[in-house]
Amino acid sequence: MAVLAAHNLRKSYAGEEVVAGVSFGIAPGECFGLLGPNGAGKTTTLRLCLGLTDPDGGSIELMQRPVPGEARPARARVGVVPQMDNLDPDFTVGENLLVYGRYFGLAERAIRERIPELLEFAGLTARAESRIQTLSGGMKRRLTLARALINDPDLIFMDEPTTGLDPQARHLIWERLKQLLAGGKTIVLTTHFMEEAERLCARLAIMDRGRFITEGSPRELILRHIEPHVIEVHGDGVTEWADREAGGLATRLEKSGDTVFCYAADPASLLASLSGQRELRYLHRPANLEDVFLKLTGRELRD
Amino acid sequence: MHIFAPPSMSLRFVPVWRRNLLVWRKLAIPSILGNLADPLIYVLGLGYGLGSMLPEVGGVPYIAFLAAGMVCSSTMNSATFEAMYSAFSRMHVQRTWDAIMNAPVDLDDVVLAELAWAASKSVLSGVAILAVVWLLGLSGSVLSLWVIALLPLIGLTFGALALAVTAMARSYDFFMYYFTLLITPMNLLCGVFFPVEQLPAAFQAIAVFLPLTHAVAIARPLLLGRIPPDAVLHALVLLAYAAAGFYAATVLFRRRLLK
Repeated sequence: MAVLAAHNLRKSYAGEEVVAGVSFGIAPGECFGLLGPNGAGKTTTLRLCLGLTDPDGGSIELMQRPVPGEARPARARVGVVPQMDNLDPDFTVGENLLVYGRYFGLAERAIRERIPELLEFAGLTARAESRIQTLSGGMKRRLTLARALINDPDLIFMDEPTTGLDPQARHLIWERLKQLLAGGKTIVLTTHFMEEAERLCARLAIMDRGRFITEGSPRELILRHIEPHVIEVHGDGVTEWADREAGGLATRLEKSGDTVFCYAADPASLLASLSGQRELRYLHRPANLEDVFLKLTGRELRD
Repeated sequence: MHIFAPPSMSLRFVPVWRRNLLVWRKLAIPSILGNLADPLIYVLGLGYGLGSMLPEVGGVPYIAFLAAGMVCSSTMNSATFEAMYSAFSRMHVQRTWDAIMNAPVDLDDVVLAELAWAASKSVLSGVAILAVVWLLGLSGSVLSLWVIALLPLIGLTFGALALAVTAMARSYDFFMYYFTLLITPMNLLCGVFFPVEQLPAAFQAIAVFLPLTHAVAIARPLLLGRIPPDAVLHALVLLAYAAAGFYAATVLFRRRLLK
């Protein structure tokens, strides 16, 4: 039984289709990743699923309830970590959790009993009385995550949970998310960090221009869309080398700035060719999700 | 949900109202003193200063006449400020509303909570000024206690109107228009500082349609120990403004935030 199911979702703003026929189902305990460049329609899809805006077409079921019709009671079983921090700046860490719990209609005592546990989970036990302004970016994100857990939700929506965090803070968030998954929670995650998606998501979809352009496990997507070996080459004369030699040896070539990306099933002949080129420097690595992402959504900037 | 549907009213607004109360409690004393200072300066400055040059106004000393106007005017100001600047901060700057609406609370609940809170806070300001009026001996009538019942209606009326303005605001600057075009003229046209009857007929005709006129028309007789004529009619005008403002605010917020 899906905790979230969307069928042929559509939403337009000013004549432009931001979500253009999206369907998916999410099973309990799963971590589903929604990847896409800025403006792909990820956040709008989340807003539609939460019933915060009405779709122009299609249907949504959240926690077995039709959305937007029964979105409000459905949200009682859901937690949300929004993209932008919206902790209450007038309150302490503890008060933020208390006040948020009240929005769910939880009993005062039940909330107060739950707070120490959540502070522990977020690593903020010593900061219960701190004002929000004194917290670091990582602490704020962890508190936002703790706040999303106040109602012990079955499903957690996370909109770019680690954007703007340093590597230490990011790893700590990832560890907590894995802990939640191990505890049986379902997570829907939007991100444009491929590493994040590869680490956490059992299944993901790449979204662009309002559509899902591919869907599967990270490994499946790499196998399906991209050659297993990547050689990134740069240095003086790389363009000439690419035109002269690499074109015939690689399955596919991509140029980006002063770097040439060579994709190949068998890298041996490319490596042999490169060994004779003193001016060129190269990196040979296995293909990853980012290669898939860039192949499918292109390398040009999206703003 | 249809954008023009009537506002859904439920007790879900209470936790949101309590949130605002908790913030206010942290700053309660400076907040009350701040709200009190301005009207008090007017009552004392104009009341004694201008009052010493005037014979009685409307059959009472000027300061007693002015006190009733200031109770209404500052209740209006308090509700207006809360529903404009503070609500706008919570909605647009701090994104507090977004966080709340991720919980099982709808936009309609949030708008109702903001209205109830703006009214509650303005009642606190109104009561504080009323207390000073009593302490200064400017009103000794038992009837003046009825003003306490009037204050929530004043708060709801001007809170609702201000929320409708907030729903259209792109920045804080927008609120200046409302103050310049409505709040300031109301303070001068609605009988706060001098009887409406002193105005040219054209302005009197406008004043009849302004809500503050009707608040003052109830409050002043009560503070001076008389039963206000047509009190029910005046209260109904305020109620109509409150209902229209609340409905407009709800529709405008939906259009802005649920798109």
